[in-house]
Amino acid sequence: MTWLKRTFVLSAVVTAGLFSATAMAETFVFTAIPDQDESNLRTRFEKIATYLSKSLGVETKYIPVKSYAAAVTAFRNNQVQLAWFGGLSGVRARGLVPGSRAIAQGAEDVAFETYFIAHASLGLKEQKSFPTSIKGATFTFGSKGSTSGRLMPEFHIRKSFGKSPQSVFDRVGFSGDHSRTIALVQSGSYKVGAVNFKVWERELKEGKIDVSKVNIIWRTPPYPDYQWSIRGDADKNFGAGFTDKVRNSLLSMTDKDLLAAFPRSAFIPATNADYKPIHDVAKSIGLID
Amino acid sequence: MDSPRPRSPLFKTTMAFVLIALAATIFADLEISTIHPWVELKRLLLGVVTPDFYATDNLGGALVYTLAFALLGVAFGNIFGFVLSLLFFSRIVRTGCAFVRSVHELFWALIFLQLFGLSPLTGILAIGIPYAGIIAKVYAEILEEADPAPLQAIPEGTSRASAFIFVRLPDAWSHFKTYSMYRLECGLRSSAVLGFVGLPTLGFHLESAFSQGLYSEVSALLILFYFIIASMRVWMRRAMLPFYLVGAAAILPWGLSFSAENIWRFLTHDIVPYPLRTADGGDVMANMGAWLHTMLIDQALPGAIATMQLTMIALVGTGLLTLVFFPLISPLLFKRPARTLGHAFLVVIRSTPEYILAYVLLQLWGPSMLPAIIALTLHNAGIIGHLVGRYTETIKLRVDACTGIRRYGYEILPRIYRQMLALLFYRWEVIMRETAILGILGIMTLGFYVDSAFADLRFDRAILLILVTALLNIAVDIISRRIRSRLRLQTSMEVQ
Repeated sequence: MTWLKRTFVLSAVVTAGLFSATAMAETFVFTAIPDQDESNLRTRFEKIATYLSKSLGVETKYIPVKSYAAAVTAFRNNQVQLAWFGGLSGVRARGLVPGSRAIAQGAEDVAFETYFIAHASLGLKEQKSFPTSIKGATFTFGSKGSTSGRLMPEFHIRKSFGKSPQSVFDRVGFSGDHSRTIALVQSGSYKVGAVNFKVWERELKEGKIDVSKVNIIWRTPPYPDYQWSIRGDADKNFGAGFTDKVRNSLLSMTDKDLLAAFPRSAFIPATNADYKPIHDVAKSIGLID
Repeated sequence: MDSPRPRSPLFKTTMAFVLIALAATIFADLEISTIHPWVELKRLLLGVVTPDFYATDNLGGALVYTLAFALLGVAFGNIFGFVLSLLFFSRIVRTGCAFVRSVHELFWALIFLQLFGLSPLTGILAIGIPYAGIIAKVYAEILEEADPAPLQAIPEGTSRASAFIFVRLPDAWSHFKTYSMYRLECGLRSSAVLGFVGLPTLGFHLESAFSQGLYSEVSALLILFYFIIASMRVWMRRAMLPFYLVGAAAILPWGLSFSAENIWRFLTHDIVPYPLRTADGGDVMANMGAWLHTMLIDQALPGAIATMQLTMIALVGTGLLTLVFFPLISPLLFKRPARTLGHAFLVVIRSTPEYILAYVLLQLWGPSMLPAIIALTLHNAGIIGHLVGRYTETIKLRVDACTGIRRYGYEILPRIYRQMLALLFYRWEVIMRETAILGILGIMTLGFYVDSAFADLRFDRAILLILVTALLNIAVDIISRRIRSRLRLQTSMEVQ
């Protein structure tokens, strides 16, 4: 029975390991929602971690997450203290963590847009008002928790048709991320989709989009989107003034290489109040209780 | 004058299931909505033949974590499953085990992600808990079916403990070992798939690579995955196991803390239905009624219908495809070189997690039920075809038995049919669990609604829907058991 004995000793070792997990050194951890170009997330964001470690004087780590909800949960459970959220995930996260604050946003996030894109076979051109002719087509959102890929397009669909997307369209899907939305509409899997305008413009520049197959049919009015949010207890756990230090580090990030990870041209200050419209829209279409 | 022979119960049951599946197919959405599906398929095939092993960052880490979660999860399941199997006479234990195994490991992972975040405990428990439920049942059956002769031979007055350890256990031990190896193979598949919801295993990178169409990277990841599974019998030595387990425990990133406070909050607040949680006098009952209406009528009901529909089609499809697959490895029908090819084919399709198969087909064909049907059918027919094929090795035919298609139809089919049905009915519940899970990929089964609830951070909704899924699964398990006992279908080969 040496075999059984060994197993028991080992399970004891494993259990001991579990309990020691709660005692750990104070490391500042951040994450970023994965909504585009997920390849080499780690490589891209570890540069940011290095930058923050240096400028904050605290060891900073990045952990990759797979979904918006996972980013919010990690933030809520204090497994990350800082996160690069979308508008909606930020509102959700701050609603769950009392005292948490939006501290910075991308220069582009003040007036963010969603593009409605359509497959060429529909024969739609870009227009100024909401394209009601997409009724009855197939439609894909981005990720279920995305602001630009879900919240805002669903809001405009409900406003224009007075009905849920499921009753407006023949089929409704969730592509999971913006790059995928473009690919799906381009291949005709869905006839219409809603996409983050930054991702569209980047992929257009990189030549990944075949404009003879897919084109913009409508641009939403601008709304506030992505932001950095930090937990309310950061000052308590990392020293007085830590939140300000983090904000300053983010605002003074000028290295193009670092900013390309987001991708943004610069970071500017932001407050919770900036995201009130997002909260109200989410509530009005039932995405927040 | 012959009176018409009464139809056999086997025939009647088979026909009933085929008819149900046909009816389900008529209402199923089987459209290929992609306009240029073959363009993407060509890119996929090109990727398959040009694997790129350097595209994934931290590939070594992903490999090691995949192994570590599988080893620790299966070890956990084995230890607790073994203990529970000894208590299986208790109704509470049996019901508890039926419940934990009725919830798929991906759902467990989504729940544990809330409790423990990205701590390794999430992955270990997500595999370990449902596996403990499955293993308890299988081990209890093994102990029950063990040869009673040795027990009758022991002297009077032998204590129950010694009788168990020295008489019953040695007999069952070799079965336990065989089954554990099978379970470890399942554990590796589960571990890889857990990456799709965020654990740092191979699935994490597979999902990223797939969603961006980086098929060379996909191909490399899958090749590594098949390699691990195919080489399992080489590296999985009993003497090495302690080192593997300690190594696995040591290598996981335990640095991520979790707090009792979070766990408590989740259990006492987050999963309480929203109207009750926010009750302030007022219309609690009315709000609760509206909440239940939304959940049950708008979500659980359509989800359950789609889940059953897909399950029935996939079950019957699996049966039909098994009839095609098992001959490929049967020595009664093919010579060795052909069989080797058959084996290789079946290994690849049964090692590919159905979740990954469905994911690929969805990308290619668009989001109808078709990709899910094909994925479930292929994967499960790969498993049952393998088991039935192996079973034919034990069949002895007369020297002058007919050959070719006649041998297949008149000699082999009648001999394997009961066995195959038994396996299919065992598998029914598993197929259903997989069906629910495919909802995460966007097919409107219960998993779709569960995933949406998690995405909206509405854990009260998620838990209710998971409970509905579990109940449906337990119901199918009970019906399957009734049918098996009525038709006296038994199999010595477990395929849970």
